[in-house]
Amino acid sequence: MQEFAIILVSAMLINNYVLVQFLGLCPFMGVSTKLESAIGMSAATTFVLTLTAMASWIVDVWVLQPLDLTYLRTIAFILVIAAVVQFTKMFIEKTSPLLYRVLGVFLPLITTNCAVLGVALQNSGRELGFMPSTLYGFGAGAGFSLVLIFFSAMRERLAVADVPQPFRGAAIAMVTAGLMSLAFMGFGGLV
Amino acid sequence: MVFKPVSSPHRHGALSTARVMQWVLLALIPGIAVLTWQFGWGTLINIAIATVTALLCEAAALSLRGRPVGFYLRDYSAAVTALLLAVALPPLAPWWLVVIATASAVLIAKQVYGGLGYNPFNPAMVGYVVVLISFPLQMSSWPTPLGLLSDASQPSLGPSLAAVATGTGIDGWSGATPLDLFKHGVNGQLVSDFVAAQPLFSQALLAGLGWEWVNLAFLAGGVLLLAKGIFTWHAPVAMLGSLALMALLFWDGGSSHSGGSLLLHLFSGATMLGAFFIITDPVSSAVSTRGRLIYGALIGVLIYLIRVWGNYPDGVAFAVLLGNFAAPFIDNYTLPRSYGHSRARRATEQSK
Repeated sequence: MQEFAIILVSAMLINNYVLVQFLGLCPFMGVSTKLESAIGMSAATTFVLTLTAMASWIVDVWVLQPLDLTYLRTIAFILVIAAVVQFTKMFIEKTSPLLYRVLGVFLPLITTNCAVLGVALQNSGRELGFMPSTLYGFGAGAGFSLVLIFFSAMRERLAVADVPQPFRGAAIAMVTAGLMSLAFMGFGGLV
Repeated sequence: MVFKPVSSPHRHGALSTARVMQWVLLALIPGIAVLTWQFGWGTLINIAIATVTALLCEAAALSLRGRPVGFYLRDYSAAVTALLLAVALPPLAPWWLVVIATASAVLIAKQVYGGLGYNPFNPAMVGYVVVLISFPLQMSSWPTPLGLLSDASQPSLGPSLAAVATGTGIDGWSGATPLDLFKHGVNGQLVSDFVAAQPLFSQALLAGLGWEWVNLAFLAGGVLLLAKGIFTWHAPVAMLGSLALMALLFWDGGSSHSGGSLLLHLFSGATMLGAFFIITDPVSSAVSTRGRLIYGALIGVLIYLIRVWGNYPDGVAFAVLLGNFAAPFIDNYTLPRSYGHSRARRATEQSK
């Protein structure tokens, strides 16, 4: 039980995929201007991350390793991720057309979210079991959600700030992300 | 003759930004005095360097933006940032360390965001964390409290200035802070044995020689500000309360794996400075009353987590930045209900 808690905290805070490993920065910058869309994006990405962590473990351990095809990992994982994202896209389109419209192009772009592939590849590199892999995927998603949602609340405030002209928009968002990354270094060594 | 009706309030105390900042400066004096009494001239030298750097950076940024320089410098906010940073940095730190910290605080954390009132992070803590991560060696060498030195070996102003200018420090005159000592020294011993063996603890009344007085002085300054109504009690009380609660929950009576006693956590490190001077910053903290309670409690818990299980001996700066990061989100969900409405709603929402 304690092992699972450590994996969760580690994936969420200490090795936060956005602020510590700098993966998945495109949706972090792209979908963080509005709190509502950030929450939708977080839920979708967490869902995809957990599902791909499970699916890629199954593909890796049950298919690639027995057949001695581990050099095909990257391609196989990209295929798995694309399939899961397509499934998520269809699911959201049917259940919440509004969220589907809000997320727009960013939903299929979860496929190219480096955090998703990063989790799958790092899990296979760590040679974790099925449950820890799944938890790692979920923890990574939860960490991504936490950071994205807080960041979007902050950007709503920054939108009305008197920022100097050269720093408006993406530049000040990058500066803010950098400062947040500094703050996250405080979590180092926590586990 | 024109009759001008004047609406109430008819009498009011003008609590301008400059006046608030002057009160904060005034309330810092006891802390600065005790720091100088306990650790020598270093703090005053820090203050001089930081103030000059902060005013120069602020003036440069304002003139680049074509804003009235004198008007903004007279609100004293740059001076407050400089002073908070100067008391947080180790006395006798090399001069360039103070300059880098202050410049990052004023330029990156404040002016890039549009100046006072727009900074999402506390400028002083951003400056502190920048140098803490970049120069861990210089940032972890605090001078030994003067109480542990013989009268003859206490450095006077001249050698102190030389140490700051050359960046070499004074030989044999730096030691661990109580939190640092506790974190790295206590392993495998009972706390009572450890405390008896270390003069830094055994000669102290509450929580570490020198530091307890520094914290009491900041507490006194904070209470003055509270009494003057500069800030409300919510954030500091929530922070100290949650820190105390964590310390009590994880205090196991002083075994070899102890997390440190309640007094050590409350009266050591930057606890009181953080509680009354940093997290009460009205710009970077949460705004509503409920929001401030959550914000303060969150920071208290994070301070304990980082102090006891993290890499750094003191976690106030990191915890404040993480709290600042969460503040807009907290605000978003703790909107107060306005009069005449049955539930809280945002200004942008359509009324029904």
